[in-house]
Amino acid sequence: MAADTTGKNRTVGRMFEPRHRAVVYQALLAAAVVFTAWYFISNAVENLLARRIASGFGFLSREAGFEIGETTLLAYNASDHYFKALTIGLLNTFRVALPAIFFSSLIGMVLGLARLAPNWLLAKLASTYVEVIRNVPLVVQLFFWYAVITESLPAPAEALRPLPGVFLSNRGIAFPTLTADFRFTLDYPVLSGFNFSGGGSLSPEFAALFLGLALYTAAFIGEIVRAGILSVDRGQFEAARSLGLSGRQVMRFVILPQALRVIVPPVTSQYLNCTKNSSLAVAIGYPDLVAIANTTINQTGQAIEGIAIIMLVYLAISLAISSLMNWYNARIGLRGAKS
Amino acid sequence: MIKLIVSILLLTLSANNAYAGPTADGALKKGFIQCGVNSGLAGFSQPDSNGEWRGIDIDLCRTVAAALLGDAKKIRFTPLTTQQRFTALQSGEVDILSRNTTWTFTRDSSLGLNFVGINYFDGQGFMVTKKRAVKSAKQLDGATVCVQPGTTTELNLADYFRANNMKFKPVVIEKFEEVLNAYFAGRCDVFTTDVSGLVAARASRAANATDHAILPEVISKEPFGPAVRHGDDHWFDIVKWSLYAMIEGEELGLTSKNIEQQAKSANPIIQRFVGAKGEFGKMLALDNRWAYNIIKQVGNYGESFERNLTPLGLDRGLNQLWNRGGLMYAPPLR
Repeated sequence: MAADTTGKNRTVGRMFEPRHRAVVYQALLAAAVVFTAWYFISNAVENLLARRIASGFGFLSREAGFEIGETTLLAYNASDHYFKALTIGLLNTFRVALPAIFFSSLIGMVLGLARLAPNWLLAKLASTYVEVIRNVPLVVQLFFWYAVITESLPAPAEALRPLPGVFLSNRGIAFPTLTADFRFTLDYPVLSGFNFSGGGSLSPEFAALFLGLALYTAAFIGEIVRAGILSVDRGQFEAARSLGLSGRQVMRFVILPQALRVIVPPVTSQYLNCTKNSSLAVAIGYPDLVAIANTTINQTGQAIEGIAIIMLVYLAISLAISSLMNWYNARIGLRGAKS
Repeated sequence: MIKLIVSILLLTLSANNAYAGPTADGALKKGFIQCGVNSGLAGFSQPDSNGEWRGIDIDLCRTVAAALLGDAKKIRFTPLTTQQRFTALQSGEVDILSRNTTWTFTRDSSLGLNFVGINYFDGQGFMVTKKRAVKSAKQLDGATVCVQPGTTTELNLADYFRANNMKFKPVVIEKFEEVLNAYFAGRCDVFTTDVSGLVAARASRAANATDHAILPEVISKEPFGPAVRHGDDHWFDIVKWSLYAMIEGEELGLTSKNIEQQAKSANPIIQRFVGAKGEFGKMLALDNRWAYNIIKQVGNYGESFERNLTPLGLDRGLNQLWNRGGLMYAPPLR
């Protein structure tokens, strides 16, 4: 490269210096990105105008007119606005994703430890679980769980009663809840007409999605936990044992704190995946954000706006989860080490 | 979902082709018509055991191919879900949307498309298992209802229960097959869609068709018709008159079997219809035998109905010709 600048024409030579060249390339790339974005947007707007297709976000304050199956977190009826319908969808996404993340972490931790256990049967069982679950597409697993629940459980009238007041049927699980007046009495579900009323209930759609997500994500987290533990030098284990710590103490005070530094970044990705995978809810009819947004798109015909809302919301959720996990990662990381 | 995104990309990519050239020219150039249809609804649009698409919505697409290209087979089908259908038409992925789609004000005025006419008059109904001993839709308070999303059905359902002060729980699944499975598995007490769809589903999917009853209430008007994009009036006219030619053909008593014979008749109306006299084809920039080709290759409306819908147990009802007590009425071909 030095040969470039030894030429007679110094000004031309300077243009070819790597530093200057880099600036030119970056400027060109930025211009190309801006131009492409402008081209797409102006084209879309022009096409929409030419075909007189409605655009803009005005539809959000129009009456939605459709009912939503799961409105546990916020009251809703068909006369509410699209904005509220989409909010219900978002809450339903959280309602399934957060418990799924929590339980997949628990199961994943157990799986990771089980795969490293000296017990042959336990280790084999855990590795079979991991291989089966993570090699079958999630959407197939969702259909499987949904079919198991709706096809194998009886109708509400012949519901199973595993515990007093708890009913298992193809309408989901109905269970007693505490009454709202703080007298610690229970509100039992009662079969009336078509379905159970009173108490609380979880729908088959929720149950299938939750089971599918938690078990699927757990398989990946299990592998990450295993890798994390294996990444801790064997000497650490031996040193801790020679100090007289018990096996459990070694894990708790020596191995896991070091393993977590390896575990947390990839587990963050799994949490993000779990949240995004919850959008497969559409396939089995759980009304999550994507399902409601799809319905909205179809009723209003405003596909670009609808997809934009979906993308923005998922981006926001993912950024929130990853910044939370980055904060946690920084906290457990080595003090003074470069992150 | 992926198809939807692809369609949106097409919408953003296509260099303003709304007026770039009439759809008919495009179809002539590529040699076939791209038709958006239902992915599987017996009687309307479903591949048979040989993979051949059959149904009255399919026949409609074929009539347009027969009229424009002279060959009812020069057609390709794009199966679409309820949620993909409008975007697919808007973006130019399909030339005609012929997918048991209800003509409504909002769709006609704000989706950038035009409904061409009506090829099936339907209404929304409810199906329940006979075990429940429900005799009327008014007894459905508290029921769980299986329904497809993004349909007029979903909105009518909510309206009907609101108007009658009843509550229900929807189970909303996009794929027709999946939502039907959920109903047959007992996940829902009620399945609701257009009556034709209920009859078709009961006949073709139920383990035992006699276990299911369709309630007497028909809660909405559901006129199905093909739709085309805004901005191409020529194409609009071709599709519209292809549909009317099927209806007019039945009124004139012309069938795929007798049209060759009838073409020789001295009746001036038939002479004009088959293109032996007059210049109707030229007015649409089509071959003068366009209507003859439609009847010869696809058949009249009644033939299409009897071939596709009668075997399912649907009778003509509102879809009978106007002079036999129905609503099927074509403006005069003259």
